[in-house]
Amino acid sequence: MKNLFRRRSTPEVTEEEREQIDHAVQKTKDGVFNRISDLFRESVITEDTWDELEELLIQADVGPVTASTLVESARKDVEREELHTSVEAETALRRHMVEVLGSDEHEPLEDMETGTVILMVGVNGSGKTTSTAKLTHYLQRYDRSVYLAAADTFRAAAIDQLRIWGERVKARVVAHQQDADPSAVVFDAVKAAQQRGVDFVIVDTAGRLHTKFNLMEELQKIKRVAQKSNPDARVVSLLVLDATTGQNAILQAKSFLQTVDVDGIILSKLDGTAKGGVAFSVYNELKVPIWYIGTGEKIDDFAPFNHLEFVNALFETR
Amino acid sequence: MFEALSDRLNDIFTGLRGKGTLTERDVDTAMREIRLSLLEADVNFKVVKSFVARVKERCIGAEVMQSLTPGQQVVKVVHEELLATLGEAARLELSNTPPSIILLAGLQGSGKTTTAAKLALALRKQGHHPLMAALDVYRPAAIDQLISLGKQLNIPVYSEGSKADPVQIAANAVQEARKNANTVVILDTAGRLHIDEAMMTELQHIEQRVKPHEVLLVADAMTGQDAVHAAEEFHRAVSITGMILTKMDGDARGGAALSIRQVTGVPIKYMGTGEKTDALEVFHPDRLAQRILGMGDVLSLIEKAQEQISEDDAKKLEKKMRTATFNLDDFLNQMRQIRKMGPLTQLVELIPGMRGAMKQMGGAPDMNDKEVKRIEAIITSMTRQERQNPSIIDGSRRRRIAKGSGTTVQDVNQLLNQFKEMQKMMKQLTSGKMRLPKGFPGK
Ligand SMILES: Nc1nc2c(ncn2[C@@H]2O[C@H](COP(=O)(O)OP(=O)(O)O)[C@@H](O)[C@H]2O)c(=O)[nH]1
Ligand SMILES: [Mg+2]
Repeated sequence: MKNLFRRRSTPEVTEEEREQIDHAVQKTKDGVFNRISDLFRESVITEDTWDELEELLIQADVGPVTASTLVESARKDVEREELHTSVEAETALRRHMVEVLGSDEHEPLEDMETGTVILMVGVNGSGKTTSTAKLTHYLQRYDRSVYLAAADTFRAAAIDQLRIWGERVKARVVAHQQDADPSAVVFDAVKAAQQRGVDFVIVDTAGRLHTKFNLMEELQKIKRVAQKSNPDARVVSLLVLDATTGQNAILQAKSFLQTVDVDGIILSKLDGTAKGGVAFSVYNELKVPIWYIGTGEKIDDFAPFNHLEFVNALFETR
Repeated sequence: MFEALSDRLNDIFTGLRGKGTLTERDVDTAMREIRLSLLEADVNFKVVKSFVARVKERCIGAEVMQSLTPGQQVVKVVHEELLATLGEAARLELSNTPPSIILLAGLQGSGKTTTAAKLALALRKQGHHPLMAALDVYRPAAIDQLISLGKQLNIPVYSEGSKADPVQIAANAVQEARKNANTVVILDTAGRLHIDEAMMTELQHIEQRVKPHEVLLVADAMTGQDAVHAAEEFHRAVSITGMILTKMDGDARGGAALSIRQVTGVPIKYMGTGEKTDALEVFHPDRLAQRILGMGDVLSLIEKAQEQISEDDAKKLEKKMRTATFNLDDFLNQMRQIRKMGPLTQLVELIPGMRGAMKQMGGAPDMNDKEVKRIEAIITSMTRQERQNPSIIDGSRRRRIAKGSGTTVQDVNQLLNQFKEMQKMMKQLTSGKMRLPKGFPGK
């Protein structure tokens, strides 16, 4: 079971560290396999079974339209394959959902070339700064070096927040003053990293609502400048999405995708009771995959994402 | 993406028109749409169930069934029920003997610290002498954030660093307020999960220690289905007296607020509408109801416009929309302005009835730079006369314009059709079918 959250075991990851990863993952894993839908335990599948199933998905924030589409497809599977037992039906549905999510393989960040710039983007309070620190720690485990760019020059004390995390993870923080041009910070950080052969620059950008045109343009500029300051660098954009977010996440993802071509999602705050089911719709509609999950406020509360695990967690009843 | 409920219901009832009275099954079809619309707005599943049951009961009553415009009648019932559930905007209830103590609580990232500063500023404007206290000893630099906001606003902040105990800080802050004759103390607590027992206990201890007059739950308007669980737990731990709904400047439909209100009975007191410290407004139930319905919050649209263009321009824009006296020059201008404001589709979704019209046009035009340039080229290739009176543009003129702008006749046709549709929409807007709310600039 432990291997469900896909992760690459490398010689650098010690037993102790592995335990920490497990701890991070455990919180979302608890009980998943035992608690799967009592409704399927009933031997006969009735109309109510499907209704309740749909409710379950909606309550996980999957969204009413996607939920009903999914249930309908599962129903068809069950009919076509002439499945009778609840266990078979359950398997069909989960298989179907995992399938919809496509492959959870993506080029691992830790394997990316030296010089890669990672932009952390998202709405206010979604967990960008905390995820920046967690990701730094994660990459350092693979012996990759990281510089941090304090590109949130807007929110009060955002720079201090990143500095404190920088001290904790022992990563250099490149910062300007409050209200400085965030692109200039990024330029300096990328140049400095390039000079010293640092593997990654993680850019902690200011939170912005996707509806603010000017702020989205600013983000575009940040990306442009990152690319210009090192034309050979690969620029990866990660959208930090709060798992408690409802259907608005789809609009958010769409805008950020259009603005900076989001590569993957970090789904944060999965340690609460929110399921983050909207990420399912985000993938289904926009094909933006989830790469990592955040499961707490500590540096280790972070793990690569696994589809099967996620789908199972959506069915977990409180 | 989200279809306005009113558009959907109109579709349904158009099909039923001429049928005489409606059957219960017709009403059920409408109820399904309402259910879907509310769920898309993030209203909690269980809350939707009871809400739809209430609406259905009222709809089966004669007034809707026999009405000539059942679609609108149903929307009216839904709207009224929403307003009834959301309740009136409630004011803060402060103590007669200062200092009044306000405790802010909520999940991580909901916006407590910013809200603390906004609230302090608003209260100072009412003649209060607020003191803010930094109780978030956990999140890195949370204290610095509050101190920095205090400096910015010239409002005192009480803090003891990040090693102190939040309960003790709260008690000391109240002492400090007494000493300095502050009339209000605003306690900014750390974000916490409702299932984090230790942290919830801490909150209880703070409450027991300082006995706040207001305990305000700060909730993010974007929250999904889980909002009620969090709110219920907070309410159980410390009796919440009010809610502040944040990030209302986005395009979230805010159904979570309705759920929280329904489940806890706690009134919504304020809404946060921006990152700046003055972006705090008294709660407007009507605006939230419209948003939840997807009927378009025209005021938000105007606010959005005002953020980008001068009031003068906004008035002109509004007047042109209202009187439908715009020509292709205006069309181009508006397009440029709208582009400045944000993607057109988003704006359009805020305007009542627009979505339906857009659908008929084959979707909202894609307003990327290339598209704008293309339209610009076409319009600027027209003569002045043609721009002001597009109906004179016949086949040979279209060919000339296409040639001049380096586009095709189809492109020109498409643009002219779009323009015609837009004109039609504007006319509808004036015909009174789509009423603009009071307070609309220029009214
Ligand atoms: N419970 C929980 N809290 C988180 C998680 N990630 C971030 N947070 C908290 O959410 C709040 C906002 O995070 P921050 O990183 O400052 O968000 P930003 O505004 O997007 O940079 C802080 O209180 C964080 O401690 C997570 O995975 N779980
Ligand atoms: Mg931040």
